[in-house]
Amino acid sequence: MSSMTTRSMNTAAGSATRSAAQTAVAAFAAILLGSFLLYGVGFAQPQQIHDAAHDARHSFAFPCH
Amino acid sequence: MDLIRRLFTAALVAGVLSGTAASVVQQATTVPLILEAEKYEVVTPPPAASAAPAGAPAPSHQHGPVREVGEGVPTSLDEAMQRIGLTIVANLLTGVAYALLLGAAILLAGRPVDARRGLVWGMGGFVAVSLAPAFGLAPELPGMAGAELELRQLWWLSAAAGAGVGLTALAFARNRLVIAVAVLAAALPHLIGAPHPESAEGAVPPELAARFVTASLGGAALFWAILGATCGWLMSGLVRETESRPALRVQPGAR
Repeated sequence: MSSMTTRSMNTAAGSATRSAAQTAVAAFAAILLGSFLLYGVGFAQPQQIHDAAHDARHSFAFPCH
Repeated sequence: MDLIRRLFTAALVAGVLSGTAASVVQQATTVPLILEAEKYEVVTPPPAASAAPAGAPAPSHQHGPVREVGEGVPTSLDEAMQRIGLTIVANLLTGVAYALLLGAAILLAGRPVDARRGLVWGMGGFVAVSLAPAFGLAPELPGMAGAELELRQLWWLSAAAGAGVGLTALAFARNRLVIAVAVLAAALPHLIGAPHPESAEGAVPPELAARFVTASLGGAALFWAILGATCGWLMSGLVRETESRPALRVQPGAR
């Protein structure tokens, strides 16, 4: 009984560690892609990107001009 | 990885839903104001040009002054449709981008979420990236006077990031020093002050500008409500799984 509990705790701890690393990787990937997209839509200044996103930038109150 | 796939799927769905809703609302609220404001974004014609056609009055739908380059108002149906289409694409991308950032924050906070809690997260996002920057830099119409663009972008980012850090600390931090520093980070851009032009001499009528501010903020609130609620709803199983409290987790087969 006691050894079973220990084993299940070890397994649980192992999966918790793995999931913490997974969480960090997933969150980092989301932040990276999210920031990249946000920069493109809201901040990048090449004329074509600016013109395409123009009305959306104004509507979302990004500084545009 | 399963976690990444599910997080990105949630962000994609939340972004598309909120971006679609924003597109509909914008076409009825902010976009007509933008088009109206662009009529004032003009270059004064040389006096000789305006004096010449005195004998033959121009048709009423043609504007005398010349538009600034790069700000053409759609003249054909095709151009108008293209402009609406590009705005929708930009809105969807904005939705996905914000949903990815909000989803990452929800994941890192590690607290259980559902649609209702997601709504609260969404309101936090609204306060951070819409309300806090607007406190210093009002949503701008084309043709309004503004300080240098890079300065305004930098201030906007610091106000949004500061507010995000401040809200997150107020919601989750235990240490009072951490909370105090985070609140200071939220207040600092406003204490320094947003960059404004030396003289406010925009061409846009103030009534238009005022209507645009409320329309922009109202649309953003709806956008964030949908974005947050959808993120919370689709991530409800995700955060419970990754919650780092194995001792409290129900063992398989225990039910």
